[in-house]
Order: sequence, then C-alpha cells, then structure tokens
Amino acid sequence: MYSALKSLFFSIILILSSATLNLAIAEEAASVEVAHAHATTTNDEVHADHASHGEEHGDAHGSEAEHGEQDPIEAIMHHISDANEFHIATIGGKHISLPLPVLIRKADGTWSTGMSNQYHHEKDGLILAHGRIVDAKTHSTEGLLDLSVTKNVFMMFLSLIVLTLVFFSVKGAYNKRGATAAPKGLQSFLEPVITYIIDDVAKPNLGKHYEKFVPYLLSAFFFILINNLLGLVPFFPGSANLTGNIAVTLTLAVMTFLVTNFSGNKDYWTHVFAMPGVPKPLLLLLTPLEIIGLFTKPFALMMRLFANITAGHIIILSLVSLIFILGENGKSMGGAISGTAVAVPFVLFMNALELLVAFLQAYIFTLLSAIFIGMAIEEHHHEEAHH
Amino acid sequence: MITGFAALGAGLAALGAGIGIGSIGSKAMEAIARQPEATGDIRGAMIVASALVEGAALAAIVISFLVAGAGAGAQ
Repeated sequence: MYSALKSLFFSIILILSSATLNLAIAEEAASVEVAHAHATTTNDEVHADHASHGEEHGDAHGSEAEHGEQDPIEAIMHHISDANEFHIATIGGKHISLPLPVLIRKADGTWSTGMSNQYHHEKDGLILAHGRIVDAKTHSTEGLLDLSVTKNVFMMFLSLIVLTLVFFSVKGAYNKRGATAAPKGLQSFLEPVITYIIDDVAKPNLGKHYEKFVPYLLSAFFFILINNLLGLVPFFPGSANLTGNIAVTLTLAVMTFLVTNFSGNKDYWTHVFAMPGVPKPLLLLLTPLEIIGLFTKPFALMMRLFANITAGHIIILSLVSLIFILGENGKSMGGAISGTAVAVPFVLFMNALELLVAFLQAYIFTLLSAIFIGMAIEEHHHEEAHH
Repeated sequence: MITGFAALGAGLAALGAGIGIGSIGSKAMEAIARQPEATGDIRGAMIVASALVEGAALAAIVISFLVAGAGAGAQ
C-alpha cells in the first residue's frame, strides 16, 4: 500500500513540476482586452478571489481591490463549469494555471492543436477567454467541436489514476495475504465498502446471477464517489466539478441504460411492449408509457446526480462569495470580517453535508442501477398475479 | 421578471422536497419506535425514498436554472 501511495505522490509532483516549466501566467492586459471586447460584462479576470473559495480567512481581498467590481454569479459559474486550462491560484493579480492540451475542430473543418497557454493571444482564429477557448471574433463556442483535455477530462484521468492505484494495491494485498487472512491497511478500509455493495446492493436486487454485474456496480460506485470527493477539495488537484457536469452524468446513465437493456430477458421485454393480463385498449396507452419509462429512469439518474452535486457546489461557493459581497470587494474590512464570521460556520456545515451527499449519491446511483438491472433480469415466477 | 419566477420556482421545489422528505422521516421514526429491531431496514428504505423525492425536487431546480439563464440572457 505504501508503494502505491508513494507512486501517487510522485506522479502528482511530476505533473506539478512539468506544469511549472511552462506555466501560463496570464497577462492582465490580454485578459482585460478580451473582457472589454465582451460588451456584456465588466468582469475582468477577477476569478482571482475565488481561487481561494475554500479558504475561509478572507485574505484574498487585497488582490481584487485592484480588479474592481466582482460579479459573484460569474465567479460561481466559472467555478462550476469546465475550462480549457486548470486555474490553480491567482497571486498578486497573476493567474497561475495548469495549461492543458487543446484539440479543437473549427467550423471550417480544420483542426487546431496546442497547449492552452498558446491561446492567450489569438491562434488559428481562436482565443482563450475566461478559461474557455472561443472563436476570436465572435467570442462564442458555436461551430467549434472541442475535443481538448479540459479541466474535467484532466480530473477524470486523475481519478482514474487514483482508482487504479488504490484497487491494484488492494488486489496485491489479497494476492499476498490470501482471501481469508485478516485485512490490513487500505484493504481493511475498502473491504467493508466493497462487501456492502456486493451483499446489500447487488445480491438482494440481482438474485442468482449477481456476479456478472458486480464489476459494473462497483466501478460506478467508486468512480462517482471519488469524483464527488475530489470535487469537494478546494485546491488544485481537486477542485473540478466533474460529476456535476451533465455530460458525465449522462454518460453514466447511458451506461446503466445499456447494461439494463442488453441484459433484459424475454419477460422484461414482454412487460414493456405487451404487458400480460392487460386488455388491448389499455395496452394502447400502456405501451408508449412503458417505452417512455425505459428512458425516464436513466434520465432521473442523470438529473439526480448532476443537480445534487452542482447545487452543493453552488451553495458552498455562494456562501464564500458572501465574504466578498459583504467586504465590498476589498473596500470594507469590517464587512469582510463579519462576512467571514458568518460564512465560515455555514461553509463548514455545507461541506460536511456535501461529504454525506457524495457518499449518498454514489450509493443511490449504484442502488438504482442494481434495481433496474434486477428488474430486467428477473425470472418471472408469479404470472398469476397479473390476472 | 422571468428570473424572479425562476427563483420562486426553486423555492417551491425546496418546499416540496422539505415536505416530502419530512413526511418520509416522520413515518420512518414512527416505524422505528414501533419496532426498534427493524431500524437498519427502515433506515435503508428511508434513504432510498428520500433520494427519489429529492431527485424530483432537483429536476425542478434544474429547470429553474434553465429558465433563469434564459431569462437573464434575454434581457
């Protein structure tokens, strides 16, 4: 286990040091120009203050007195959304970000590749504005197919590395110690959780053939859990809102949809298209409803996870924004102190609640997936109930 | 004005979630009081039911986000 943690530690150090070699330190001038090109907002790159959104001491005020008005909603949206570079901190007005690889297909069919720090000034007709790469003239992403490694993709790779290291080290521990020896270390932490998922989520809902689906359920559970937890961490390797990205939750829901429907047996499909024991006229109404039901269940899975995680992040960010609102962006020290006094306990409470929600949402997703799969593979023993 | 309605909608969604989860919780507590040895099962069922109710409330919240975004954009 220690070797796994050591390698994780060193890989993070490697990522950080290679990023330092070509750190993007955004010139304020460029970002201010871009900001003024937007007629709509007066918001310069003042996401500065929210770089410390987990930092409750309010000492980031100083840096934004120079930046002027701060729109909290813009800042919150910036933290919730995906970005083409990974903003780490803003020190003395300079943004420190991890540049990420860019791969964009433009509207005319040509591809633009590079690192995000090359797009501070226009390159290939594209420019980095507010963290996203947009068309240099229209400042919109219309017509662009963005396949870059964005903040969320980077986060996904990071959580994959964490999961791989953790689970391979547990597997190694099982190989070394045998399946029946007492677990030690990381194994002893994970084994109850894994056993709980298998015994209390998979087995009761899936019946006899539960073993086929346990890998999917465990993967879904731990992927969602790790990403929820990493999203709560306010500083660098962790602050991306991955499970609050509706595309990611859509993909997870589609996975469940595919697993459910590809393992459906004859009983399942007859129940959807021609529910037995139902008179024909009613069947005309029931079958479309059942077909819609096939899609609403994964849709609800997607919506539930997305909204829970995003709402939690927005609440925490709003409470921290309170400090900046009350402190009038650095002008009022008394306001900032009172804001801190109010916000810190609430943010602490919300973070604890979000910790609970992280576990709960991962569990609920897994449980509902198990229930849906169970309904699909259920052998029918009680047809007489339909008459 | 549209954003005002969106905010109202979000508040009503929170109200709905509160009522739903509150009644689930109260029934669960009554059940536990009647039969303490079933606490584990009751707790599990309560959590599942709360997540489903909350899913509905959060769908409403998401719609209010969309409306607020559209309302703010239109202005």
